[in-house]
Amino acid sequence: MADMMKIRARQKDGITEVKVLMAHPMETGRRKNDFNEVVPAHFIQLVTATLSGKTVLEAQWGTGISKNPYLTFRLKSAKIGDQITVNWIDNKGESLTIDAVVEAA
Amino acid sequence: MNRRAWLTAATSALTLALLAPIRALARVWNKAAFESPNMKDALQGLGALQVGPSRDIVLVAPDLAENGAIVQVEVESRIANTEAIAILVEKNPTPLIANFIFSNGAEPYIVTRIKMAETSELRAIIKADGRYYSVSKTIEVAQGGCG
Repeated sequence: MADMMKIRARQKDGITEVKVLMAHPMETGRRKNDFNEVVPAHFIQLVTATLSGKTVLEAQWGTGISKNPYLTFRLKSAKIGDQITVNWIDNKGESLTIDAVVEAA
Repeated sequence: MNRRAWLTAATSALTLALLAPIRALARVWNKAAFESPNMKDALQGLGALQVGPSRDIVLVAPDLAENGAIVQVEVESRIANTEAIAILVEKNPTPLIANFIFSNGAEPYIVTRIKMAETSELRAIIKADGRYYSVSKTIEVAQGGCG
Protein backbone atom coordinates (compact mmCIF):
# COMPACT_ATOMS: atom_id res chain seq x y z
CA MET A 1 0.00 0.00 0.00
CA ALA A 2 3.04 2.25 0.37
CA ASP A 3 2.92 3.20 -3.29
CA MET A 4 -0.83 3.85 -3.47
CA MET A 5 -0.35 7.50 -2.57
CA LYS A 6 2.57 9.85 -2.10
CA ILE A 7 2.61 13.25 -0.45
CA ARG A 8 5.16 15.97 0.30
CA ALA A 9 4.59 19.31 2.09
CA ARG A 10 7.38 21.89 1.99
CA GLN A 11 7.38 25.44 3.23
CA LYS A 12 9.31 28.32 1.66
CA ASP A 13 8.82 32.04 2.35
CA GLY A 14 5.72 31.30 4.42
CA ILE A 15 3.94 29.37 1.67
CA THR A 16 3.54 25.61 2.02
CA GLU A 17 3.38 23.69 -1.22
CA VAL A 18 1.74 20.27 -1.02
CA LYS A 19 2.28 17.75 -3.81
CA VAL A 20 0.19 14.60 -3.96
CA LEU A 21 0.37 11.62 -6.30
CA MET A 22 -2.40 9.01 -6.15
CA ALA A 23 -2.48 5.56 -7.73
CA HIS A 24 -5.88 5.16 -9.40
CA PRO A 25 -7.11 3.88 -12.83
CA MET A 26 -9.50 6.84 -13.39
CA GLU A 27 -11.63 4.82 -15.82
CA THR A 28 -14.12 6.98 -17.72
CA GLY A 29 -16.67 4.23 -18.37
CA ARG A 30 -16.22 4.72 -22.13
CA ARG A 31 -13.01 2.76 -22.75
CA LYS A 32 -13.21 -0.75 -24.22
CA ASN A 33 -10.84 -3.57 -23.33
CA ASP A 34 -9.21 -6.07 -25.74
CA PHE A 35 -12.44 -8.11 -25.76
CA ASN A 36 -14.47 -5.09 -26.88
CA GLU A 37 -16.17 -4.88 -23.47
CA VAL A 38 -16.77 -1.50 -21.88
CA VAL A 39 -14.63 -1.05 -18.78
CA PRO A 40 -16.93 0.31 -16.03
CA ALA A 41 -16.33 3.84 -14.74
CA HIS A 42 -13.98 3.87 -11.77
CA PHE A 43 -12.73 7.29 -10.77
CA ILE A 44 -11.96 9.48 -7.78
CA GLN A 45 -14.84 11.86 -7.11
CA LEU A 46 -13.75 13.72 -4.02
CA VAL A 47 -10.37 14.73 -2.62
CA THR A 48 -10.30 16.47 0.75
CA ALA A 49 -7.24 18.07 2.34
CA THR A 50 -7.14 19.15 5.95
CA LEU A 51 -4.57 21.16 7.90
CA SER A 52 -4.50 20.26 11.60
CA GLY A 53 -8.03 18.89 11.22
CA LYS A 54 -9.52 21.90 9.36
CA THR A 55 -10.59 21.50 5.72
CA VAL A 56 -8.42 23.61 3.38
CA LEU A 57 -9.27 22.10 0.01
CA GLU A 58 -12.18 20.12 -1.32
CA ALA A 59 -11.77 18.91 -4.89
CA GLN A 60 -14.62 17.37 -6.84
CA TRP A 61 -13.38 15.41 -9.82
CA GLY A 62 -14.97 13.94 -12.93
CA THR A 63 -13.56 11.32 -15.29
CA GLY A 64 -11.33 13.91 -17.03
CA ILE A 65 -8.54 13.82 -14.45
CA SER A 66 -5.62 11.73 -15.75
CA LYS A 67 -4.87 8.20 -14.55
CA ASN A 68 -2.75 8.19 -11.37
CA PRO A 69 -3.84 11.72 -10.45
CA TYR A 70 -1.37 14.45 -9.57
CA LEU A 71 -2.25 17.50 -7.50
CA THR A 72 -0.38 20.50 -6.12
CA PHE A 73 -1.94 23.04 -3.77
CA ARG A 74 -0.59 25.84 -1.56
CA LEU A 75 -1.33 26.95 1.99
CA LYS A 76 -0.40 30.19 3.67
CA SER A 77 -1.83 29.11 7.02
CA ALA A 78 0.50 26.15 7.70
CA LYS A 79 3.46 26.11 10.10
CA ILE A 80 6.48 23.80 10.12
CA GLY A 81 5.47 20.61 11.91
CA ASP A 82 1.75 20.96 11.17
CA GLN A 83 -0.05 17.87 9.93
CA ILE A 84 -1.68 17.78 6.49
CA THR A 85 -4.06 14.94 5.68
CA VAL A 86 -5.33 14.11 2.20
CA ASN A 87 -8.19 11.68 1.59
CA TRP A 88 -9.79 10.52 -1.64
CA ILE A 89 -13.01 8.62 -2.22
CA ASP A 90 -14.06 7.13 -5.56
CA ASN A 91 -17.36 6.26 -7.24
CA LYS A 92 -17.20 2.70 -5.85
CA GLY A 93 -16.90 4.00 -2.29
CA GLU A 94 -13.23 3.02 -2.01
CA SER A 95 -11.12 5.48 -0.12
CA LEU A 96 -7.56 6.19 0.99
CA THR A 97 -5.97 8.65 3.41
CA ILE A 98 -2.37 9.84 3.75
CA ASP A 99 -0.63 12.30 6.12
CA ALA A 100 2.38 14.54 5.83
CA VAL A 101 4.15 16.86 8.23
CA VAL A 102 5.11 20.32 6.93
CA GLU A 103 8.89 20.55 6.46
CA ALA A 104 11.16 23.46 5.65
CA ALA A 105 12.15 23.49 1.98
CA MET B 1 -38.45 -13.48 13.62
CA ASN B 2 -37.88 -16.42 11.31
CA ARG B 3 -34.60 -17.13 9.61
CA ARG B 4 -35.55 -15.57 6.27
CA ALA B 5 -36.80 -12.35 7.83
CA TRP B 6 -33.66 -12.10 9.93
CA LEU B 7 -31.45 -12.66 6.89
CA THR B 8 -33.32 -10.03 4.89
CA ALA B 9 -33.02 -7.52 7.73
CA ALA B 10 -29.35 -8.30 8.27
CA THR B 11 -28.59 -8.00 4.55
CA SER B 12 -30.31 -4.67 4.20
CA ALA B 13 -28.56 -3.33 7.32
CA LEU B 14 -25.22 -4.43 5.88
CA THR B 15 -26.04 -2.87 2.51
CA LEU B 16 -26.93 0.40 4.21
CA ALA B 17 -23.66 0.37 6.16
CA LEU B 18 -21.68 -0.24 2.97
CA LEU B 19 -23.56 2.45 1.08
CA ALA B 20 -23.15 5.09 3.79
CA PRO B 21 -19.87 6.56 2.43
CA ILE B 22 -21.31 6.62 -1.11
CA ARG B 23 -24.43 8.38 0.17
CA ALA B 24 -22.29 10.95 1.99
CA LEU B 25 -20.33 11.49 -1.21
CA ALA B 26 -23.45 11.77 -3.35
CA ARG B 27 -24.54 14.76 -1.28
CA VAL B 28 -21.32 16.58 -2.12
CA TRP B 29 -20.42 15.53 -5.69
CA ASN B 30 -22.07 17.73 -8.31
CA LYS B 31 -23.50 14.95 -10.48
CA ALA B 32 -25.53 17.24 -12.75
CA ALA B 33 -22.53 19.40 -13.62
CA PHE B 34 -20.05 16.53 -14.04
CA GLU B 35 -22.36 14.48 -16.26
CA SER B 36 -23.34 17.39 -18.53
CA PRO B 37 -22.33 16.65 -22.13
CA ASN B 38 -21.79 20.31 -23.05
CA MET B 39 -20.10 23.40 -21.64
CA LYS B 40 -23.30 25.41 -21.21
CA ASP B 41 -25.03 22.81 -19.03
CA ALA B 42 -21.85 22.13 -17.07
CA LEU B 43 -21.53 25.84 -16.23
CA GLN B 44 -25.19 25.97 -15.30
CA GLY B 45 -24.67 22.95 -13.03
CA LEU B 46 -21.85 24.83 -11.30
CA GLY B 47 -24.15 27.81 -10.81
CA ALA B 48 -22.04 29.94 -13.17
CA LEU B 49 -24.86 31.53 -15.14
CA GLN B 50 -22.97 34.75 -15.88
CA VAL B 51 -19.24 34.49 -16.47
CA GLY B 52 -17.05 37.49 -17.23
CA PRO B 53 -13.49 37.52 -18.60
CA SER B 54 -10.62 38.38 -16.24
CA ARG B 55 -6.94 39.23 -16.69
CA ASP B 56 -6.28 38.27 -13.06
CA ILE B 57 -6.26 34.53 -13.67
CA VAL B 58 -3.03 32.81 -14.67
CA LEU B 59 -3.57 29.66 -16.73
CA VAL B 60 -0.47 27.67 -17.61
CA ALA B 61 -0.89 24.79 -20.06
CA PRO B 62 0.99 23.64 -23.18
CA ASP B 63 0.11 25.03 -26.63
CA LEU B 64 0.50 21.54 -28.02
CA ALA B 65 -0.18 18.31 -26.12
CA GLU B 66 1.46 15.28 -27.72
CA ASN B 67 -0.59 12.94 -25.54
CA GLY B 68 -4.13 13.95 -24.59
CA ALA B 69 -4.14 11.44 -21.73
CA ILE B 70 -1.84 13.65 -19.64
CA VAL B 71 -2.02 17.42 -20.01
CA GLN B 72 -0.60 19.38 -17.09
CA VAL B 73 -2.63 22.44 -16.13
CA GLU B 74 -1.74 25.13 -13.59
CA VAL B 75 -4.27 27.75 -12.48
CA GLU B 76 -3.67 30.68 -10.15
CA SER B 77 -6.27 33.30 -9.32
CA ARG B 78 -5.28 36.83 -8.30
CA ILE B 79 -8.90 37.81 -7.82
CA ALA B 80 -9.63 38.76 -4.19
CA ASN B 81 -11.73 36.30 -2.19
CA THR B 82 -11.42 33.46 -4.68
CA GLU B 83 -13.51 30.57 -3.38
CA ALA B 84 -13.20 28.00 -6.14
CA ILE B 85 -11.44 27.11 -9.39
CA ALA B 86 -13.15 24.87 -11.96
CA ILE B 87 -11.45 23.37 -15.03
CA LEU B 88 -13.43 22.57 -18.18
CA VAL B 89 -12.56 21.26 -21.64
CA GLU B 90 -15.08 22.32 -24.29
CA LYS B 91 -14.81 19.26 -26.56
CA ASN B 92 -14.48 16.47 -23.97
CA PRO B 93 -17.50 14.09 -23.78
CA THR B 94 -18.19 15.63 -20.36
CA PRO B 95 -16.52 19.08 -20.25
CA LEU B 96 -16.30 19.55 -16.47
CA ILE B 97 -13.00 18.09 -15.27
CA ALA B 98 -12.70 19.35 -11.71
CA ASN B 99 -13.90 21.91 -9.20
CA PHE B 100 -11.51 22.91 -6.41
CA ILE B 101 -13.01 24.68 -3.37
CA PHE B 102 -10.62 26.55 -1.06
CA SER B 103 -10.99 27.40 2.62
CA ASN B 104 -9.04 28.19 5.82
CA GLY B 105 -5.94 29.77 4.28
CA ALA B 106 -5.57 27.72 1.09
CA GLU B 107 -4.13 29.78 -1.76
CA PRO B 108 -6.26 29.89 -4.94
CA TYR B 109 -3.68 27.84 -6.82
CA ILE B 110 -3.68 24.31 -8.19
CA VAL B 111 -1.69 22.10 -10.54
CA THR B 112 -3.18 18.90 -11.91
CA ARG B 113 -3.11 16.67 -15.01
CA ILE B 114 -6.14 16.22 -17.21
CA LYS B 115 -7.38 14.23 -20.23
CA MET B 116 -8.25 15.91 -23.52
CA ALA B 117 -10.13 14.01 -26.23
CA GLU B 118 -9.14 16.36 -29.07
CA THR B 119 -7.92 19.88 -29.84
CA SER B 120 -10.12 22.13 -27.74
CA GLU B 121 -10.52 25.23 -25.67
CA LEU B 122 -9.51 24.79 -22.03
CA ARG B 123 -11.30 27.05 -19.55
CA ALA B 124 -10.65 27.92 -15.94
CA ILE B 125 -13.64 29.38 -14.10
CA ILE B 126 -13.04 31.28 -10.88
CA LYS B 127 -15.71 31.89 -8.27
CA ALA B 128 -15.00 34.94 -6.11
CA ASP B 129 -17.48 36.75 -3.86
CA GLY B 130 -20.25 34.77 -5.54
CA ARG B 131 -19.32 36.01 -9.05
CA TYR B 132 -17.74 34.00 -11.86
CA TYR B 133 -14.73 34.88 -14.01
CA SER B 134 -12.96 32.92 -16.71
CA VAL B 135 -9.86 32.61 -18.81
CA SER B 136 -9.37 30.22 -21.70
CA LYS B 137 -6.69 28.82 -23.94
CA THR B 138 -6.79 26.57 -27.01
CA ILE B 139 -4.68 23.45 -26.71
CA GLU B 140 -3.81 21.47 -29.78
CA VAL B 141 -3.97 17.74 -29.03
CA ALA B 142 -1.87 15.43 -31.25
CA GLN B 143 -3.31 12.18 -29.87
CA GLY B 144 -6.61 12.13 -27.97
CA GLY B 145 -6.62 10.76 -24.45
CA CYS B 146 -10.21 10.03 -23.53
CA GLY B 147 -10.71 6.29 -23.30
